[in-house]
Amino acid sequence: MAANLRVIGALGIRSVKQTFRRPQLMAPILLFPTLLLAIQVGGAGRGVELPGFPHVNGFLDFVLAGAMIQSTLLAGNSGGIALAVDIEMGFTDRLLAAPISRFAIVLGRLAGIALLGTLSALWFIAVGLTFGANIAEGVPGALVMILFVTLSAVAFGGIGAAVALRTGRASVVQGLFPLVFVILFLSSACFPANLMIEPAATVARYNPLSFIVEGVRDPVISSLSLHAFAKALGSIALIASISIGLSALALRRRLRTGG
Amino acid sequence: MSSVGWRADLQMIAALARRAANELLRVPGAAIPGVLAPTIFFLGIFAVFGHLSLLPGFTSKSYQSFLIPISLMQGAGFTGAATGVNLARDIEQGWFDRLLVSPAPRPVLLAGLVLSASLRSLIPATVLLVVGFSMGVHWPGIGGLAIAGLIVMGMGTIAACWGTAIALRFKSQSAAPLMQAGMFVLILTTTSYAPLALLTGWLHTVAKYNPATQIVEAVRQGFVGGVSWGDTWPGLLALAGLLVLLSALALRGMRRTAI
Repeated sequence: MAANLRVIGALGIRSVKQTFRRPQLMAPILLFPTLLLAIQVGGAGRGVELPGFPHVNGFLDFVLAGAMIQSTLLAGNSGGIALAVDIEMGFTDRLLAAPISRFAIVLGRLAGIALLGTLSALWFIAVGLTFGANIAEGVPGALVMILFVTLSAVAFGGIGAAVALRTGRASVVQGLFPLVFVILFLSSACFPANLMIEPAATVARYNPLSFIVEGVRDPVISSLSLHAFAKALGSIALIASISIGLSALALRRRLRTGG
Repeated sequence: MSSVGWRADLQMIAALARRAANELLRVPGAAIPGVLAPTIFFLGIFAVFGHLSLLPGFTSKSYQSFLIPISLMQGAGFTGAATGVNLARDIEQGWFDRLLVSPAPRPVLLAGLVLSASLRSLIPATVLLVVGFSMGVHWPGIGGLAIAGLIVMGMGTIAACWGTAIALRFKSQSAAPLMQAGMFVLILTTTSYAPLALLTGWLHTVAKYNPATQIVEAVRQGFVGGVSWGDTWPGLLALAGLLVLLSALALRGMRRTAI
């Protein structure tokens, strides 16, 4: 157990370092969501004046959670690309030959993505507070945001890992990049679902990503509610169990077939 | 320069443009990101922010017509940036060194690279217009369409010059996020989501002075109203200015590149 935890920790730290060393992995996690956040706040900020928009201090309060979840989705994708590169370059084969738990290899990658999720949450909270956002629930609210963002990074990271392990090709995982935006645009990440255009509005109402975003947003724009908290946690648990389950299956298949 | 020299230069430009076109035929998937990303952004942003057109002071009742110029510019931007990524790959693989030892002058090499980007940018534009018209984008008239096509090609050239300058500076595909982010910022810090009067904070100021705003407005005029010379010339002037600036930057990079 202790040995496995050491392996997971070492691989997690390696994964974070790898991301920081490669601009093409880091940029989608922090640079693009931050740019998009800044542009959306300036460009669509007057949207808060539309009838039906929830009461907020400013559009930044509303959209901050969306930027955080966008960042975790992209962190999951970047983590999958890095894992696929490891497979392409033979690094994963060397790990598989080592006397360590096979699934620790995947968990190590997910631990790294979780850490990136935490860093992303801290970054966006800092950016938000610097530019005038107000977290209604204060420090406990910020902790809930960090928790949800970290957990969702693991859940989305599992999807990237599953595709990387199943295909072993970075280009295929890279191909998921546009899909991230499709899922994001079909959720209430950037605008309230009731003010979106149909049929996206209907999809957004039932999209688990909307529940996660609303769980992160809830402590920013109102007081914490058990309902939003439970829906977010349930959605993360659902996505994580599916994605990590798929990763386990993909790993087993890779071990059985050798590629 | 003799007519033989001119002819040789033109043949070289045509050969480089043909090589880029061959890549499209041999790797059809290469064009997909440039087409897919702006199309997803167009559909997504329309679905999410479509009701912004209900705000008092919004200059068009059709948000999709207001948005399409941005997507056309994005398509050209992505395609142009891809030229930079391809050049970085050619530099990494040593193919560009072989080009540099050829007797072709540096400006001719640059012209070959950017001409192909200029033509390739019409591919996403065509797809976007087909999708846009099916989503209710107003017909801009032949004049409006011609202006849009001309500016899209110009924007593709600008993006290719930017991508080339970055590729020559960093000589690595790792610089791809910088190539994409540069165009992303240039295009989205304009009247991308809403008219200038409805933009807030820093974006209002930046959009006011960003020359790309004039370019976007020149393309937009036909989609949201009538075409006039008064709305066209500032866009063409800004396009020419950016073209001179960025092609000088790319050419400087070419001249500084030693074998």
